[in-house]
Amino acid sequence: MTLASLTKPWEAFSYGFLDASAKREIRRKMLKAIAVPGCQMPYASREVPIARGWGTGGLQVTLTLIRPDTSVKVIDQGADDSVNAASIRRFLARVSGARETLDTLDATILQSRHRIPEEKLGPDQILVLQVPNPEPLRPVEPNMSVARQMHGDADYSRLWLTLYEQIVRSGRIMQGAAYPSLVNGRHVMTPSPIPRWDVPKLHMAQHLTFLSAGREKRLYAVPPFTRVEPLVFSDVPYKVEDHAGLTCHRSGVKGYFMNEIPQDDGTSAHELSDSHFGVKAIRRAEGEAVATGETWYQNGEFRP
Amino acid sequence: MRNCEAMIQPVLQVEGLAKTFRMHHLDQRLHAFSGIGFTLNAGEFLLLKGPNGVGKSTLLRTLYRSYLPRDGHIWYHTVEGRIDLARAADVDIALLRRREIGFVTQFLIARPRVAAEEIVAEPLRQAGVARSDALAEARRWLEEFGVKRDLWRAYPTTFSGGEQQKVNLARALILPQRLLLLDEPTASLDVNARAALVRRLADLKAQGVAMIGVFHHPGDVAGLVDRDIELTAEEASENVDF
Amino acid sequence: MNMQEIQGASARLELLPPQLMTTPPLLTLDGVSRRYGDVVALSDVSAVVYPGEVLGIVGESGSGKSTLLRMMNLEDTPDTGDYRLNLPGLSTNLFGLDRFERRMLCARQIGIVYQNPHLGLLMNHTSSGNVAERLLIAGERSFEALRGRAREALDASEFPLSRMDARPMELSGGMQQRVQLAKAIALEPALLLLDEPTTGLDVSVQALVLDTLKRLQRDRAITMVIVSHDLGVIRTMADRVMVMRRGRVVEEGLVDQIFQDPQHEYTQQLVHAKL
Repeated sequence: MTLASLTKPWEAFSYGFLDASAKREIRRKMLKAIAVPGCQMPYASREVPIARGWGTGGLQVTLTLIRPDTSVKVIDQGADDSVNAASIRRFLARVSGARETLDTLDATILQSRHRIPEEKLGPDQILVLQVPNPEPLRPVEPNMSVARQMHGDADYSRLWLTLYEQIVRSGRIMQGAAYPSLVNGRHVMTPSPIPRWDVPKLHMAQHLTFLSAGREKRLYAVPPFTRVEPLVFSDVPYKVEDHAGLTCHRSGVKGYFMNEIPQDDGTSAHELSDSHFGVKAIRRAEGEAVATGETWYQNGEFRP
Repeated sequence: MRNCEAMIQPVLQVEGLAKTFRMHHLDQRLHAFSGIGFTLNAGEFLLLKGPNGVGKSTLLRTLYRSYLPRDGHIWYHTVEGRIDLARAADVDIALLRRREIGFVTQFLIARPRVAAEEIVAEPLRQAGVARSDALAEARRWLEEFGVKRDLWRAYPTTFSGGEQQKVNLARALILPQRLLLLDEPTASLDVNARAALVRRLADLKAQGVAMIGVFHHPGDVAGLVDRDIELTAEEASENVDF
Repeated sequence: MNMQEIQGASARLELLPPQLMTTPPLLTLDGVSRRYGDVVALSDVSAVVYPGEVLGIVGESGSGKSTLLRMMNLEDTPDTGDYRLNLPGLSTNLFGLDRFERRMLCARQIGIVYQNPHLGLLMNHTSSGNVAERLLIAGERSFEALRGRAREALDASEFPLSRMDARPMELSGGMQQRVQLAKAIALEPALLLLDEPTTGLDVSVQALVLDTLKRLQRDRAITMVIVSHDLGVIRTMADRVMVMRRGRVVEEGLVDQIFQDPQHEYTQQLVHAKL
């Protein structure tokens, strides 16, 4: 037996960039997060080759999960082709040998900033959401220790109070994105700045979702088939953005979440936020045989 | 129609009642009275007589438990049996005061922003009478005692002494008690109001209310008095320095 | 039942336990003692409050009266002592409850009004929101119900409804106390605790707030414990009074008796010192 036979050849970095102990710690926290849905688990957030605030939390989770047979899709506000999404995707492929993909149906890991794709995700897929501020109680209680106590006591009355006062002041709930939601009937989480349109997709989903904040060093999870209920009063129903009647000016697709593009004449054009969904629609219209998955929304309405 | 048995039913039996004040800062004891004893039956009117300062008011207050007796018994007969007011727990006294023992003074503790008719109606409300009925009855008594109609909704804190006293009486006498203690209730009353008071007392007496009173003008109630007790200086005010 | 210092035993008779009052007390405190280092805050204090009555606790600063009230609100636990509330489902010493049980009990069954409104109110939320927060803790989830019940509680506290969405920091002292009161009664608790509720307010405002309290007490038969160093407040509000001095109960009795015939030397000093 030689030393050479016991060791591996030198590598510039570990598989998947993070070293084994980092992955072990993050895996443990991820398991803990699954065990207590919606509860924020602190973790030692490592340095990665992008700056804090640019998706380091999501990246660390993806790097921990990634395998040579992974197919990875990365989107930023729904688009695969933004500079940051593209950079992250290429980095992931380079450090793991995983395959890059733009197709939601094809991906086994999807990392996303601020959107959930329109096509339903299945039990073999993991969604990783990038989170800037993981603490839903921050606007109500800036003191972190007190906020932890409130989570422990399941005391969310102050959060409900801000929602109540929004209605009193403005006639409706003003919360746009990052709508605070109750997970598994116990912990309130912020689902990250995804639009209200996307939050119902997390409820009783077939797929596993991780939410990770690198700068704030916390991660949490929504396991499959877990209740995610936005905080609403019993007599003020949850409303999503009014995009049911909008049409994408490039693909002609109707009834999905749109980006608004102001025109020179003062009007707005709309474009599908889930850009590859739009690309697939264009290709299909041109005669290609393109597979499109079942979507959460149909005819502009959410169909669970 | 009167029940003759009820007429000889004792309400109060006082035995050897004594009161001493101890003023710590002067290191003095003030002996108010001792050895007081009497029986009072339902429907009886007992008049307390004696010179000013002899302790008549003190005796009434001791019976009501505003003062704590030094010695003796105040046996009071309730439906639950006999209870010694001299030693009864505070909560029992409070209960009896709410239910059946009344004290009428010349001083109304007026509360700001409560209308005269509300003050008078209160004992009925506390006894469970509906608000509108209680108010109607209160107004009747305010009229009976001669309180002007436009004062009924006003606040007694703004009234003259005499007017306040009428409100006071109307309230104190609106709900028949079993035992009524009256401490100079006619002070500052005009002739008509005094007459109204006497009428009401006679009415209550006929209903079986037992009464003990100190009156500035004992002549007013001469027709009601069954017995009197004269407090003399011997039983009272012996200043003893320790 | 109560340990009292009775000076000059020949001046008064020993009272018996209740005979006519068959309703059990709502609140019973027994043998409560608490020291902070060398300072004895409470020494073997016992108290009993019957349903629907108002107990006044009077004493000067350092008497322990506010500490005692904090014990009743389960904000602090004593070194020794027993605390029971006669409510369905409660049969243990409340000082032994865990954090969650304590919170739920205090939220639902005990209302408290502090002298300093900053302790009792969320100054940056609306007044109606302050009341709504109580209802939200108790699980109310209908917006209309929150609004309606908050309105009722504020109205019962004689707070002008036109200002129900003003924030407490924009309101006067008397109004702030009314918001505290509304908050305290919103869930119709069994017990209402008031710690110097009118101290610091203008005298005319004090009278109005006390009047509201009195009316509320009469209309709803709320059981109250009021702590005050102001004898006028105690005299107006209380049915029975406990006099405290340096952590001990020095005398207790009916309100008229305490004021007209105080027995203990200290009580006499207090009562006669009233200007």
